[in-house]
Amino acid sequence: MSILADENLHVPCSDECLLRPGNTNCGGCGMSIGLTLLGRALERAGERCMLVIPACCGIVTAGGYPTTAYGVPVAASTFASAPAFASGLASVRDLNGDDGQVICWAGDGGTYDIGIATLSAAAERNENLIYICYDNEIYGNTGGQRSSATPHGARTTTTPSGKAEGKKDIMSIMAAHGIPYAATLSVAHPDDFARKLETALGLEGTRFLLIHSPCPAGWKSDPADSIELVRIAVASGLFPLYEVWDGTRYRINERPSWIDPGGYFERQGRFPAWQVDLAEVIAGCKARYARLEVLAREFPHRETVSLQDGPGP
Amino acid sequence: MSIQLVTGNQAAGYALSLAGEANREARGAVCGIYPITPQTEIVERVASFPFTKGRVVPVESEHSAMGVSIGAALGGARAFTASSSNGLAYMTENVMVAGFYRLPIVMVAVNRTLGPPWNIWVDQGDTLMLRDLPWIQLYCETNQEVLDTTLVAFRLAEDRRILLPVMVAMDAFVMSHTTSEASLPAQEQVDRYLPRLELPHRLRHEEPKTIGGLTWPQESAQQRFEIDRAMARVPEVFEECRRSFAEVFERDPGDAIDAYEVEDAEAVLIASGSIATTAREVVRRRRARGERLGLIKAKLYRPFPEAALRNACRSARKLAVLDRNYGAGVGGIFWQDIRGAFQGRRDDLLIQGYLTGLCGGDVTPEIVEEIVSDITVRREPAAPIWLGVETSGEAH
Repeated sequence: MSILADENLHVPCSDECLLRPGNTNCGGCGMSIGLTLLGRALERAGERCMLVIPACCGIVTAGGYPTTAYGVPVAASTFASAPAFASGLASVRDLNGDDGQVICWAGDGGTYDIGIATLSAAAERNENLIYICYDNEIYGNTGGQRSSATPHGARTTTTPSGKAEGKKDIMSIMAAHGIPYAATLSVAHPDDFARKLETALGLEGTRFLLIHSPCPAGWKSDPADSIELVRIAVASGLFPLYEVWDGTRYRINERPSWIDPGGYFERQGRFPAWQVDLAEVIAGCKARYARLEVLAREFPHRETVSLQDGPGP
Repeated sequence: MSIQLVTGNQAAGYALSLAGEANREARGAVCGIYPITPQTEIVERVASFPFTKGRVVPVESEHSAMGVSIGAALGGARAFTASSSNGLAYMTENVMVAGFYRLPIVMVAVNRTLGPPWNIWVDQGDTLMLRDLPWIQLYCETNQEVLDTTLVAFRLAEDRRILLPVMVAMDAFVMSHTTSEASLPAQEQVDRYLPRLELPHRLRHEEPKTIGGLTWPQESAQQRFEIDRAMARVPEVFEECRRSFAEVFERDPGDAIDAYEVEDAEAVLIASGSIATTAREVVRRRRARGERLGLIKAKLYRPFPEAALRNACRSARKLAVLDRNYGAGVGGIFWQDIRGAFQGRRDDLLIQGYLTGLCGGDVTPEIVEEIVSDITVRREPAAPIWLGVETSGEAH
């Protein structure tokens, strides 16, 4: 059943929401949708959580002291340090046999750039935490500067004529650590999104989730277009939805229909028309997807068959 | 309890481990660790300790070592680490967080010269660089004092009236790598001395609060004020912790300032770390010759025990401050604070700064004699006097 249509889903009152109503986030913000979906997934799984949030829009979301827009305990970490803070917090939880997830909620700056050493180290130690990166491909909180997640051609305040370099492949980097689970998520695919959160919640060790997160302020796009933009990104192969288990077994969740990605670029002011060579973009998407397909075919992930569901005598 | 030969590092590693183990009936002990010369042996000792309820997390940087310790403290565990020199510089952002989050983390810092150039010898510039952060700082003179002070540090940090992290400093090599006799306490004694840690503001699911989010100017200023109040309580609470230490371990872990032969002293030397040992011997010899000379060892540096210092210097006409550190454009950092402590209160007092033993230079009895000779005849204060460097050449 779709998470959106589940009538049995408890509608929480404001104090029980992970992201409470009345927060000051922008309209069309992918991060806000992600937090809401995370809250619902936790609710469904009957799990509690503590968030560790580094410098990013996610900590501004909390709002001014003494109020907070978060219905769960939150510790603000320094920019590079969310996985380190979370390692300490999760260690104490496990030593004491406490319940609840420790979840890092970080932007692409804190993940791809300043925090990558800390994240890599936590993943290498296979710390028992979930790391969620809402990737809006820009330093949004500081007004829109390039990060290593910013795609080729995008104009930011520090790449005024368009970024010369491409986007860093953080998924391959994280998968290469051999962590139990890594997956890409899109807010345009809420059921897939919810299922991946459920999968992550059911595992132990370091779990890495990458959300393609629209940012109207940084993308110079209409807030009403946010979902449509990331839907195009999945359908055109710009942002494939897939999962990697133990860094070795792959599964593609949504095969691109290979629609023209033109609309994705035209509807975002950050891409000057002359910067984007669509033919080149399409060729790049196809090449990356072809590699992914080979991995998913040659090294597929199969759900573990439980004893009850196993073949009979 | 047993008497053994230990290095400063071994003393510190032992004390940290026993303190962590002492919290096994509460939420345990967790610490992030990262090596740097000359403190590495401390974290090695901690990493090999068989904690009943503890985890040592070997991380990828000092920044994360403090980060893990902060997360652990937020979860209610007893948290600690150790570092030195450039490691402390790299850690600084999270050092700051530990203080502003009012987390009772204890860090043993081995004073080593900040680079470049690359120099592993003793200099207090590293911990003193952190002096304006919300951390209590204690400087030790002997390996026994390192062990005892580390235990006192937990009790002080975790006191509800304080709730501030504590840095315990010792000299690189002169202490960290030099063995001396020390009385090692038993776990049972440490269990009696350190109560279970119950951090009042640890994260709890039942209490969905955001720690470290946005605050407005007045609230941030209020937070600084509360820290100042806690700092003001430190001398009194430290004294309580010291007394209760003596009850359990039957020895004195050291006063905030240690005054030697100051009662009728005309000139008083002020030193910290192992230099105090050398200076005390020079004072003893000169006293035997009838000279009215005294010594103050500065142990508690943040908060600076101004009242105790003024009281100990009642009879003094001159102070000679020996700094094994240098604040660029100023001079010795202790000298700077000591001048502040007497400003407007003792205008008759001549306070002279001496920069000695910087970057690992030996401070021999002969050098201290030279300082004593200078202060004895000095009539006017001068700019800080550099010892052990060539001062006659052209400046660059």
